[in-house]
Amino acid sequence: MRKEMLLPAAAVALLYLVLALLRQAGVIGIYWGQIVDLALITTIQAVGLSLIYGFAGQFSLGHAAFYGLGAYVAAFITRTQGGTPLTFALALLAGAAVAGIVALIIGLPILRLRSDYLGIATLGFGIIVKVMLDNADKLSPVLGGARGMAGIPRLTTFHWVFWLAVLTILIARNLVNSSHGRSCIAVREDEVAADIMGIDTTQFKTLAFVMGCAMAGLAGGLYAHLYSFLHPSSFDFLKSFDVLLVVVLGGLGSLTGTVVTSIGWVFLLEGLRDVLGQQFLDWRWVVYALILIAVMIARPQGLMGGKELSLDMLLRRRAARGGADHGAA
Amino acid sequence: MALLECRNVSRHFGGLRALSGLDLSLEQGEVVGLIGPNGAGKTTVFNVITGVFPPTEGEVLLEGRVLNGLKPYRITQLGIARTFQNIRLFREMSVLHNVMAAMHPRCGYGLVDALLRTARFGRREREMRDEALALLERMNLADRAHDKAGSLPYGDQRRLEIARALATHPKVLLLDEPAAGMNPAEVDELVELIRGIAGDFGLTVLLIEHQMGLVMNLCERLVVLDFGEVIAKGTPGEIQRNPRVLEAYLGKGVV
Ligand SMILES: Nc1ncnc2c1ncn2[C@@H]1O[C@H](COP(=O)(O)OP(=O)(O)O)[C@@H](O)[C@H]1O
Ligand SMILES: [Mg+2]
Repeated sequence: MRKEMLLPAAAVALLYLVLALLRQAGVIGIYWGQIVDLALITTIQAVGLSLIYGFAGQFSLGHAAFYGLGAYVAAFITRTQGGTPLTFALALLAGAAVAGIVALIIGLPILRLRSDYLGIATLGFGIIVKVMLDNADKLSPVLGGARGMAGIPRLTTFHWVFWLAVLTILIARNLVNSSHGRSCIAVREDEVAADIMGIDTTQFKTLAFVMGCAMAGLAGGLYAHLYSFLHPSSFDFLKSFDVLLVVVLGGLGSLTGTVVTSIGWVFLLEGLRDVLGQQFLDWRWVVYALILIAVMIARPQGLMGGKELSLDMLLRRRAARGGADHGAA
Repeated sequence: MALLECRNVSRHFGGLRALSGLDLSLEQGEVVGLIGPNGAGKTTVFNVITGVFPPTEGEVLLEGRVLNGLKPYRITQLGIARTFQNIRLFREMSVLHNVMAAMHPRCGYGLVDALLRTARFGRREREMRDEALALLERMNLADRAHDKAGSLPYGDQRRLEIARALATHPKVLLLDEPAAGMNPAEVDELVELIRGIAGDFGLTVLLIEHQMGLVMNLCERLVVLDFGEVIAKGTPGEIQRNPRVLEAYLGKGVV
């Protein structure tokens, strides 16, 4: 492993150990443990949309539909094939793959066009998926249709969620910091100029869209096995808007911004539910709007404004501040 | 055989004939100027050559190969690069990454290399970075390498457009009003730069310009457009004395 990777790798391992120990010892109970898991699942999903919208600049309103697709595919496999770790791994893979393949089928014709048709197409796709999930029991009774799908084995553990989140972030980071990633960003910045610089814009829009949707599918599979129950209403258009909000608030073109905001977002919602009680659900759209307005006034470029947070940067800033204090004294 | 050739090329926008019956051929190593009043169809010539707006009639050829119907990115990969009159940089990307983005078609590694950070990935990234830095050095932009492209002053942005175009390793370089908005000192510096890179990189240059001084200094040959038609061709000296050219320009009050 390269030297500059050592510190972040150590930090991740430490974080894992601390969280795992806290849960083992019961300091983090079942309730908050599930919220940590959900926060990481949301992170996986949001990193996917961050690639699509934040980096490649393609506006998708159907992210929750891909999330739902992954959830139902994975749940169907473990329900019918049994809940062993192996079938679970295969189910997660299948969920991600199906979401990615469907994204490819939708994306190929639409992403050829130099316009914002993707937003409309994914919105339509989201509605179709919702209707299909509502009627899925006609396909197979296991899927449950509008009553929801029950009896999914609870296979999602902190270990799965944590390491898959790390893997997803790593893949996204490596993509973004490569020539392929620069091509995606160039497409976002100016599609005509990217084309004229020799970049096959359709290819990179498709790449970001397929990878981002596969990540949503993976997150969906984990979600399905977290609560053991799925309902079509968890994957409607409003849920797509949730993720979009996270990506925008984190700052377009910032992976760390997306990660921090995803986790903060889930905890904020839970916190608000704690404070305001269940009636909060009725008010959440008002709260969303207020948060959005507040952030857009305070930091219109989002939390990170296209920049990345790094351990290096934090340490250097501490050092600089320490030095300044010294000088003042 | 000419390096780049336009044969009887026309481009219409609805009823508007932006370009009609253009015949143009560039020999290897030439620096040719394309001039004419505003709205004459100069930028349209570039758009037709680079595939942004394919010709309505006629053919564009590079080294004898017909380019009609190819996508812009393919045409660029075959060896034609351009800059934009209304600067189109990747504004939120760093100056360095603007140049590196244009190297993608020859990045030499695949997606798997990128995701796994293979040795090949590391080596090619270093090489591309060094090459991009050398290009920036050449265009006097090295000290701005890590700034956002959108934050550069106007003149620097114009030079970055040229650096980015060079990063595609072109045979033919199309420059659309590269001196627009520059002060006289910057224009002089630019003339030397263009002359230098054309020589060093063995480029063939087609240059659109309003500033007569720059064109007269740099180009061996000029083509004059007016209302989408070629009204004169010749050396700078001949063009300056050509009554039709004077009329076209004086009529519009430019000169
Ligand atoms: N995309 C377009 N759609 C419609 N008309 C256009 C388009 N591009 C250029 N034109 C028209 O074609 C003519 C030539 O434009 P242009 O090539 O930009 O001129 P120049 O670069 O010489 O100033 C102008 O009348 C312009 O309005
Ligand atoms: Mg023009």
